[in-house]
Amino acid sequence: MIEKTVAELSAALAAGETTSVALTQAYLDQIAAHNETLNAYITVCADSALAQARAADEARAAGSTAPLLGIPIAHKDLFCTEGVKTTSGSKILHNFISPYDATVVERMQAAGAVMLGKTNMDEFAMGSSNESSYYGAARNPWNLDRVPGGSSGGSAAAVAADLCAMATGTDTGGSIRQPAAFCGITGLKPSYGRVSRWGMIAYASSLDQAGPLCKTAEDAAILLNVMAGVDDKDSTSIDLPTEDFSAALNDSLEGLRIGLPKQHFAEGLNPAIDRAIRSAVAELEKLGAVVKEIDLPNSDLAISAYYVIAPAEASANLSRFDGVRYGYRCENPVDLEDMYKRSRSEGFGEEVKRRIMIGTYALSAGFYDAYYRKAQKIRRLVKEDYARAFEEVDVIIGPTTPSPAFELDSMKDSVTMYLEDIYTIALNLAGLPGMSVPAGFVDGLPIGMQIVAKDYAEAKLLNVAHQFQQVTDWHKQKPALSTAAKTKEA
Amino acid sequence: MALTKTEVEKIAHLARLHVTDTEAEEVAKGVSDILGLIDKMQSIDTDNVEPLAHPFDAVQKLRPDAVTETDRRDELQKLAPQSQDGLFLVPKVIE
Repeated sequence: MIEKTVAELSAALAAGETTSVALTQAYLDQIAAHNETLNAYITVCADSALAQARAADEARAAGSTAPLLGIPIAHKDLFCTEGVKTTSGSKILHNFISPYDATVVERMQAAGAVMLGKTNMDEFAMGSSNESSYYGAARNPWNLDRVPGGSSGGSAAAVAADLCAMATGTDTGGSIRQPAAFCGITGLKPSYGRVSRWGMIAYASSLDQAGPLCKTAEDAAILLNVMAGVDDKDSTSIDLPTEDFSAALNDSLEGLRIGLPKQHFAEGLNPAIDRAIRSAVAELEKLGAVVKEIDLPNSDLAISAYYVIAPAEASANLSRFDGVRYGYRCENPVDLEDMYKRSRSEGFGEEVKRRIMIGTYALSAGFYDAYYRKAQKIRRLVKEDYARAFEEVDVIIGPTTPSPAFELDSMKDSVTMYLEDIYTIALNLAGLPGMSVPAGFVDGLPIGMQIVAKDYAEAKLLNVAHQFQQVTDWHKQKPALSTAAKTKEA
Repeated sequence: MALTKTEVEKIAHLARLHVTDTEAEEVAKGVSDILGLIDKMQSIDTDNVEPLAHPFDAVQKLRPDAVTETDRRDELQKLAPQSQDGLFLVPKVIE
């Protein structure tokens, strides 16, 4: 039962074929069997999950039809969860028990979801491999020597290995789409502002966006229906009419105009991924789509602009961790400045400190115009590239990543790792919605196809992804977990 | 561009981070590598481009000036490393 989709589990629960308690216990058993190897969860909430499951079963008996009633979910550990440890993958929050729930968590709970626990992630969402987590790297269920991607690596690994039915993640430069691609699952980054950021521990506020990691596009639509919506507590959340993201799933793709950016099929792309994505696009052509090449001339500059804007915003956001109000404080500070400096230096990991330094430098007196303002100008050029492309096409398709999941400890420096996000990062600068769906295998590892649509056109994305999943079965492939576990012992 | 040890120490101080002498060189290298990646931006002429601060150029929303939060001081202060009588305690700043 645990391998089923959210849609299938909902039907099974409604038909009385199983109960939320049975289902929750089955996921807890799977976690007990595999989390030690996968390290997908930082915190597992077995008792409260079973209590929530009992409450869900009672609510169903009393007539409730909440959309996620009784379905077990995992939240990325940067969503604040009241009464539950919330670390953001950092030592500096190793003892932080959140006093409130993030809006996303609240909405999932109101929809009846059962929280199994909190998933592993790169520290403060800064990374593409999960290796910067203070709690150790999560592993890729397809191959334990490989990374699950990041920063939402724990969420992706948990969904892929059936350690939950669905998970939340956040995406600042690719942190939902890239781990979804590496783990062979479906991930959606909504348009900026579509989902409330309240209670998400901030990395880069003008780029951060929450979204679902799950098994199918159909599930992603169900989850987005619950997550999306304006929130008074997040002034950047967008007030749009309520939309049913499931409504257009079955629309025909006849006449759909697909753009393939030539910059995303260029040097640096693994040739086997190139072939896999082109044959995936051919499947969409069979469904009536028409394909043309498009030009995103400023693609190369997106990474440069991102590594100014994101660290600049991070340096401001992370100034709140000072050892005064919550979180880690160093031992025996000699004075206030020593306390700030040592609490932060001992509490943050290397990558986080590096980004704080970059951001502080870019914002410091004399450098603001050359770095931050310049990056914001490039940001507009990147956005205009996409706007121009969308005058000619309905969706833009390409690979999610240039290569499949890489080996643990194989990235020799930060810059090499940053370049892994070359196809995903521009969407965050432009605020656009994007998805990654499984589109094949290279060297036994899953790879992802990225689909991008106009501002707020998530329904179109989900439609294309769902239709693709009706004629392919890449998303139904499962990693052989017991074999994987054996490999590790040997 | 490559940062000097003095520059690293200055930035670290602005960011309230402690960098030891031995770490400074490694930090300078790590930060300089990233600045190398960033400097690709400088090759593009952006003189007539308006900076984009928000992906949809949205402006800040306003709401009525009303109290919406409840007082949870005691509960929130339980999270502090040190607090007393409703105050956060830090090392002595004034002799």
